[in-house]
Amino acid sequence: MTETSTRKRLVVVGGGMVAHRLVEAVADRDTAGEWHVDVFAEESRAPYDRVALTSFFSGRDPEDLLLGDGSLWRREGVRLHTNAPVKAVDTAARQVHARGRVYDYDALVLATGSSAFVPPVEGSDLPGSFVYRTVDDVTELRAWVTDRGAELDRPVRGAVVGGGLLGLEAAGALQAMGVESTVVEFAPRLMALQVDEGGGEALRRLIEKLGITVRTSTATKRIKAGRNGRVARMDFDGGDRLPVDVVVFATGVRPRDELARAAGLPVGERGGVRVDEACAVPGHDDVYAVGEVACIDGRCWGLVGPGNTMAEVVVDRLLGGGATFPGADTSTKLKLLGVDVASFGDVFAAQAGSLEVVHSDPVNGVYKKLVVSDDAQTLLGGVLVGDASAYASLRPLVGSPLGADPTAWLLPEGVEGPPSTELPDAANVCSCNNVSAGAIRCAVTEQGCTDLPAVKACSRAGTSCGSCLPLVKTLMTSELEKAGVEVSDALCEHFAVSRAQLFDIVRVTGLRTFSEIIAAHGTGRGCDICRPVVASILSSLGTGHVLDADQARLQDTNDHVMANLQKDGTYSVVPRIPGGEITPEGLLVIGQVAQDFGLYTKITGGQRIDLFGARMEQLPAIWKRLVDAGFESGQAYGKAVRTVKSCVGSTWCRYGVQDSVGLAIALELRYRGLRAPHKIKLGVSGCARECAEARSKDVGVIATENGWNLYVGGNGGFTPRHAQLFAEDLDTETLVRTIDRFLMYYVRTADRLQRTAPWVEQVGMDEVRRVVLDDSLGIAADLDAAMAAHVDSYEDEWAATLDDPEKLAHFVSFVNEPDTADPSLAYVTERGQRRPATADERREGVLVAGPTLEVRS
Amino acid sequence: MGTIASTPAAAEGAEDGWNPVCAFVALPVERGVTALAQGTAVALFRTYDDQVYALGNHDPLTRTGVLAKGIVGTRGGVPFVASPVHRKAFDLRTGRCLDDPHVSVPSYPVRIVDGTVYVGPRLTFRGP
Ligand SMILES: Cc1cc2nc3c(=O)[nH]c(=O)nc-3n(C[C@H](O)[C@H](O)[C@H](O)COP(=O)(O)OP(=O)(O)OC[C@H]3O[C@@H](n4cnc5c(N)ncnc54)[C@H](O)[C@@H]3O)c2cc1C
Ligand code: FES
Repeated sequence: MTETSTRKRLVVVGGGMVAHRLVEAVADRDTAGEWHVDVFAEESRAPYDRVALTSFFSGRDPEDLLLGDGSLWRREGVRLHTNAPVKAVDTAARQVHARGRVYDYDALVLATGSSAFVPPVEGSDLPGSFVYRTVDDVTELRAWVTDRGAELDRPVRGAVVGGGLLGLEAAGALQAMGVESTVVEFAPRLMALQVDEGGGEALRRLIEKLGITVRTSTATKRIKAGRNGRVARMDFDGGDRLPVDVVVFATGVRPRDELARAAGLPVGERGGVRVDEACAVPGHDDVYAVGEVACIDGRCWGLVGPGNTMAEVVVDRLLGGGATFPGADTSTKLKLLGVDVASFGDVFAAQAGSLEVVHSDPVNGVYKKLVVSDDAQTLLGGVLVGDASAYASLRPLVGSPLGADPTAWLLPEGVEGPPSTELPDAANVCSCNNVSAGAIRCAVTEQGCTDLPAVKACSRAGTSCGSCLPLVKTLMTSELEKAGVEVSDALCEHFAVSRAQLFDIVRVTGLRTFSEIIAAHGTGRGCDICRPVVASILSSLGTGHVLDADQARLQDTNDHVMANLQKDGTYSVVPRIPGGEITPEGLLVIGQVAQDFGLYTKITGGQRIDLFGARMEQLPAIWKRLVDAGFESGQAYGKAVRTVKSCVGSTWCRYGVQDSVGLAIALELRYRGLRAPHKIKLGVSGCARECAEARSKDVGVIATENGWNLYVGGNGGFTPRHAQLFAEDLDTETLVRTIDRFLMYYVRTADRLQRTAPWVEQVGMDEVRRVVLDDSLGIAADLDAAMAAHVDSYEDEWAATLDDPEKLAHFVSFVNEPDTADPSLAYVTERGQRRPATADERREGVLVAGPTLEVRS
Repeated sequence: MGTIASTPAAAEGAEDGWNPVCAFVALPVERGVTALAQGTAVALFRTYDDQVYALGNHDPLTRTGVLAKGIVGTRGGVPFVASPVHRKAFDLRTGRCLDDPHVSVPSYPVRIVDGTVYVGPRLTFRGP
């Protein structure tokens, strides 16, 4: 490696997506260490995935959006300066000015991207108007909506100006936050740049179905402030008005070419740094521009794919190559849940002699158009609205023969799969990252990738907008099959089947012991993976107590002692408190038990009480007291239904429109004890204010004036997800039946340790709806019967254990000294309760109590 | 590893440093129990083929006494217990961690004499 001082200096201005790709490519390809790279980024974060910005609203952290794992910025020879806008460029001296000093360069790359364009409308700078470009923008927007929502006693009203890709994404994000949203578009249709008139009409209906109001052919005249100085009303040309609490401008972008202009570099007619096909600025062979700020052949590219191509071209040039920008693909797919829209190639049939083949089904909101050459052989482009399932397969075929009658591609999903055509190796499968079909095949055949995460990591396909993933997966699978690799979803070395398959095997064969099941359908004696899976399946099928002899050996530690193991080897105890409702007498009992056994108490997030520090041999005595007082196991230890959280609802709350506590209790009593692939949490809110946070639950119910809205697939934890709307305005009976089926379908088909959110994602929300609401698989009656059997056979695990001396026998500390407390336990007192002593405290001997002190019983 | 034998006499077991712990029938199949033996907490496991193994109960990775509570199974024919906290597997025969060659727990010999389980002084294994 060359000394730093003798290396050439590359300065990159801008720390966006394309800059990231550029530095990555230098790191990959500059093996001789020819270049030292300084990246100056104006934003406070390392480069992040702007394309996925909207996922911020479904609960992702800004950190989740960062590109790569951060190691790029720790590499030798690479330096990232954040919060460091470049103030000026001096091409004669070959210097940039930033952070109050000057930096020399041997080559300069401008990767400054674009800024959001806000039209000169009066009031567009009022508090409450936003743009949608950076993490800071969306953070402020989210805070504004949350704050306004807390102040108002009606839903927040919002408008998005601009009905293009970005505007619709923004409207979807507002809608997801409970904002009543309107999209205002100047053109006569939505996504005017991408779809034709017929598609625009179908799209409008789809957007309206989401509850978003659409105003096309509408010009915004001004935005008026209310008395508090914040946005309050929009006035349109023609006199119409719209009350608003928040406005988002998604009215296009402008290249950030201000540095270049000031430095006297040439700019395009509509902005952007003019560059040649090497991405170099004419007359300056040491200055390049890439990404959205570059203007090649008179146009700027507003997509990440072409930007990435430019980055590769520049790196090739820096290393002495002769690459040129080949042009790029402008295919797009709208990333808005529930609205399937894609366009690719020549959408408007601009090419002479081209033909259009249209399939339109207004009832189902589907519009599809393919543009083909005059002999109907070659695909030129297309628009898919309402069902874009063929997008990933069709897009790479642009410019090549369709291989079948074009109408075959337009048939409704499910009637007949799209004709199978072997994609040519050169076909571009991932337009964001320019990955060809050949490169994906190569990831499998040469690099040994055997699953989707590996193929993504190795080829970069599918790592940006994700719309190509279905096709990437198909290519990978067929390549693996060709290579004779079985695409395995085996549970572990003992079972060659998936959890869902094993569930069906056990259900259908009626085998009820692990020994029989593994003898007939597996090998060996099982392990910590398959044993709990079989335990859970048997339990879901209602086959007796978790501690029955054969089942006891399968249980995870927590299930085996029916308590939660803690870090010091003791357990915590959680009695069920359905719906979070508890009598004063019940509270006193729990308090008394905690006091008598010296347990640390804490209120849980699921509205119940956790008692910590119970020793194995104390559990039966603790539970005897609780069961006698009418409590039962809360299954806090199991992969099972946990709690149904509720707000106080219409019985006490001034805003409540339904009895949320009553429903929560009914649901908790119905589903208690149901074992599942992972824990299941539910929530019920009595009005749209959502005080029970039901949308962070696997199953969330929110009261409406007319009944209940049902949301599914939410969770908190490590990767939080918001639950998605599943069905609206259900009466209580229909609601319960729908939840019954949803839960049972999940219990039967999910993978081990897969929560509902990833399961829904894997099955597809529409498919789950079809199965649960329309009974498309004809299994609804079966699911209903399974849930009825669960409800009928429920018994409290702890009460049953207390009645059975054999099951009680294993609750001892040591087989040879059953009542001796583990002498290694040690505690100190903190804020009036005891907690485990830390290693330091043990060493220094500041202990207040050993394992049994303070315990009165 | 324990084998079921009726001799030598129980008394002999106690003399040469073997501790009687419990009745063989008190051990649940394919699970562990904790016992006090050799001056420490020992985890005893009985596998499906009625072999009995003893390991130190203390899990070196989490510094808590929990090994006896793990799930028992086989990995490629090797009998193991999975620590309940991080699921690392320990070879029941040697105490060696199957997932991390640098980690192991003490292993104790077991004898069953006249239906009583005895735990003997700690064994030492040489590295692979
Ligand atoms: C919500 C949203 C969704 C999108 N969805 C898609 C999609 O689905 N598919 C797709 O292909 N594209 C999509 N895009 C567009 C895509 O994000 C951009 O094309 C891409 O980010 C362009 O990368 P870039 O590096 O050129 O610019 P940017 O990512 O904008 O990065 C430029 C960076 O340079 C910094 N900068 C500017 N001036 C200076 C200076 N003087 N000194 C230092 N730093 C400076 C800026 O602060 C910025 O961080 C989407 C964009 C948004 C906002
Ligand atoms: S096309 Fe966007 S990630 Fe592949």
